[in-house]
Amino acid sequence: MIEAQQLTKRYGETTAVDRLDFTVRPGTVTGFLGPNGAGKSTTMRMIVGLDAPTHGTVTVNGRRYAEHTAPLQEVGALLEAKSIHPGRSAFDHLMAQAYTHGIPRRRVEEVIGMTGLDSVAKKRAGAFSLGMGQRLGIAAALLGDPATVMLDEPVNGLDPEGVLWIRNLLTGLASEGRTVFVSSHLMSEMALVADHLIVVGRGRMLADTTVEELISQAGGDTVQVATADPARLREVLAGPGIEITGRVGSEELQVTGMEARAIGLKAAEAGIALFQLTAKALSLEEAFMELTRDAVEYHGTTETSGSAA
Amino acid sequence: MSTITSTRTPVPSPVQGGRPVYRVTARRVLRSEWAKLWSLRSTWITLGLGLLFLVAFGLIASWQFKSRITSGRHMDGDFASSTAVSLSLFGTNFAQLALGVLGVLVTAGEYSTGMIRSTLAAVPRRLPVLWSKSAVFGAVALVVGTVGAFVAFLFGSGIVSGTPAALSISDPGVVRSLLAAGLYLGLIGVLGTALGALLRSVAGGISVLVGSLMLVPGLISLLPSSWQDHVRPYLPSEAGASMFALHHEAHTLTPTAGLLVFLAWTGLAMAGASWRLMRTDA
Repeated sequence: MIEAQQLTKRYGETTAVDRLDFTVRPGTVTGFLGPNGAGKSTTMRMIVGLDAPTHGTVTVNGRRYAEHTAPLQEVGALLEAKSIHPGRSAFDHLMAQAYTHGIPRRRVEEVIGMTGLDSVAKKRAGAFSLGMGQRLGIAAALLGDPATVMLDEPVNGLDPEGVLWIRNLLTGLASEGRTVFVSSHLMSEMALVADHLIVVGRGRMLADTTVEELISQAGGDTVQVATADPARLREVLAGPGIEITGRVGSEELQVTGMEARAIGLKAAEAGIALFQLTAKALSLEEAFMELTRDAVEYHGTTETSGSAA
Repeated sequence: MSTITSTRTPVPSPVQGGRPVYRVTARRVLRSEWAKLWSLRSTWITLGLGLLFLVAFGLIASWQFKSRITSGRHMDGDFASSTAVSLSLFGTNFAQLALGVLGVLVTAGEYSTGMIRSTLAAVPRRLPVLWSKSAVFGAVALVVGTVGAFVAFLFGSGIVSGTPAALSISDPGVVRSLLAAGLYLGLIGVLGTALGALLRSVAGGISVLVGSLMLVPGLISLLPSSWQDHVRPYLPSEAGASMFALHHEAHTLTPTAGLLVFLAWTGLAMAGASWRLMRTDA
């Protein structure tokens, strides 16, 4: 359980995190989503006390992180930037972390096994590939058997097998009743694992919602149909949970809540000829882009015109 | 878009059943810092260099003295009044650089590599990390310095035996001087860790360390000479040298005063380091 209240971080003039209020609950995977520079990493650093908030508070299981007697048992964190000494072996790094809490050597060997680092555990961590380094960071996060696992961009640098492993790990940890908080700038990745979503942009809260809600908010799955008699088609298709929109005088209608196949069958039954029947599934990615469009800090130069959607 | 959902009651960890109970203690943080120190190759190399400097330069100075005596060449005043202790401890000037630099690396190295994030995530109260690093490395530097001082004297006094500088370990003040040299090097180690934590930069820490130990004494000679005598004895390097000098002269501090002044410098650096560690983001 992570609770943030009016959490704010300012660096001089710039506000990296702007009055965030959110709660990350146990037993589910909560995605922390936002474009680059949205304040995700800063928020996570404040959760584990590396940065002090300018205003507001953030607590972990009811207390500030530093007030816990065994912090690594409360939150296991993988931060975005490398947090190792390159001259130390993976085993020595984990063992040094373990000593501070009295975590036995057995547990160190266990997390090395879980993350598939057995063959390289005695090698200098500085020589690790990006993916290996990421696995070492995850091993360190799991070391204290933490109630809350917090990972900043965990799939960065992982191969497809590693990505799949992370997905299973996250859902597995949540099903054990742990709080899982994962940041990403990739909506597609989050859609596969997260139940709950916290979306931020430029330090501000944009949405605190679920994956389904986000899609339906942004327009959901719509089907575009065109017919000579849109008024009659409306009557035929009307029903509970079905929304039909269309401009007056236009042959086109947008239907949500009904599949293209069902629309086609109904129109055929009623003897209405359709000129067009196109499923326009709004992807999560588009829903996300829509939400964060105004909050993206670094726009590319080939920006699409705002008339779409 | 819901924003505020605040439940203020502490929530027990959901996965408590059967979990081991861990706890951060001062001893465990010490244990961790001990393990961190010895798991880096640079520690072994730099400590080895420090020991080598301490012994080798002591022997070279002793041998130089002996050869000048036997060849009857002229020696300037300072060198002529050398003792077996001062000759054997000639290497402290060089050993202090190796040990001080390693002290800087122990703390500033964590910032330059990013290791500090892991360290402070495990010990978010922070200050125990600084105390432990200083204590562990100070103790190691103390042992290396003391062993080096005694070894250097053992061989150095053998070389200069039969000359005016000859001393034996049982002569008054000799053991105290050698122990004080070890203590000085131990405190140099602590000073290095404090400077590294204060400046959070390996280059910056080493510059300040070398500057204050070797450059500032030279700069002092630019001051009016009436000031020099008042300022010079209180410089870290001079106060430290008074700690292990066999004879205390009119313009230097007594060994005890030297120790107190050097402790004050170390304490000052430590206070600055603690302040920065607690006040600023890692």
